[in-house]
Amino acid sequence: MAKFKGAIVVDTEKCKGCGLCVVACPTKVIELARDVNGKGYHYAHMANADACIGCSSCGLVCPDTVITVYRVKAS
Amino acid sequence: MTATTELKNIISEENVVYKKTSVLLDNEMHYCPGCTHGVIHKAIAEVIDEMGIQEKTVGVSPVGCSVLAYNYLDIDWQQAAHGRAPALATATSRLMPDKYVFTYQGDGDLASIGCAEIMHACNRGESIVVFFVNNAIYGMTGGQMAPTTLEGQVTATSPYGRDCHTTGFPMKMSEMVAMLPGTRFVTRESAETPGAVRKLKKAIRKGFENTREDKGISFIEIVGTCSSGWKMSPVQSNVWMKENMFPYYPLGTLKDE
Repeated sequence: MAKFKGAIVVDTEKCKGCGLCVVACPTKVIELARDVNGKGYHYAHMANADACIGCSSCGLVCPDTVITVYRVKAS
Repeated sequence: MTATTELKNIISEENVVYKKTSVLLDNEMHYCPGCTHGVIHKAIAEVIDEMGIQEKTVGVSPVGCSVLAYNYLDIDWQQAAHGRAPALATATSRLMPDKYVFTYQGDGDLASIGCAEIMHACNRGESIVVFFVNNAIYGMTGGQMAPTTLEGQVTATSPYGRDCHTTGFPMKMSEMVAMLPGTRFVTRESAETPGAVRKLKKAIRKGFENTREDKGISFIEIVGTCSSGWKMSPVQSNVWMKENMFPYYPLGTLKDE
C-alpha cells in the first residue's frame, strides 16, 4: 500500500492533449479523455484515481503547466 | 468513504504539492502541443521563484518560436534582433550589474545567424546565462534545416535527408564554446522526463548563481523536440530524440570551473 495518496486537477480548457503526462506517470493514473475541450484536444484526466501517489511527475513535464498536484499521507 | 468524497478531501489548498508558479503568467502558451519550450519556460520560472529574484531578472528573447516568451514569464524582457541577444545581454549586464541577465535562444537564432555574437560573448566571458534550445530544426518558419540538423534528417529544405557533403555537419555548439576561456559553466540538458527537468532546474540555478561572481558566462544547452517540425506526435518525438539526438549531442556537464 502506498504511503501517500494523491490527486491531480487538470485545467482541461488549457490542456493541449500532448500526452507527455500519460507517459511520465509512474502509476498509470492519467489517460487522455474521449471527449474534447473547446480547442478540440483530448484533454488529460485522472482515469485511475486510486493509484495516484501525488509524485508531481506529470506536473513537472507538462509544457503548459495545467496540472496541480495534491498529496496527503495515507491513513 | 466513497471515492469521490475521498478525492474532495485530498483536493484542498493545504495539500498542494505542485502548482503553477506565480512567475508564469496565466496567458495560454502559443506553442504546439508537447513543445519543449513550455517545459523550459516553466523550469526557468520556478528557479526564479525559488531564488526570489523575480524583480531583478532581465531576459532577452530571440527571434523564433520563443520570441513571445515575454508573454509568459512575469519578469523584465527585451527583444533582440535575430541572433543578437548576447550583444543586448552584454550591454544590459554591464550597465546594470545587479541584475540577473539571461538570453533564451533557439538553434536557428544562436547557431546560425547569431553564431558570431555568441562566440564573442562567450570569449569575453560576460556575466550572463545563455539558454540554447536545440531541437535540430527551424520550428517557427515551418521545419527547415538548421545548422544542428542531424545527418540524414528529413526537413522541408532537405527532403532527401541532410547531406553533410554539401551542407556541412551538425554543429556542436556546447563543445565549441566550452573550448573558449571565457566560459565558466557549459552543460547540455534535456527536459523530457521528470528527472531531466529536475536536473535542468539545478543547472539553471547554478547559472544564475554564477552571474553574481563575474567569472564567465554560463551556457546551458537544452536538447528539445519539435513535434510539428519533425512530423511526429509529442511522445514519439521524445523517443526519436533519445534514439537520435542523444548519441550525437550527449547530455552532461562539459565544463564547470
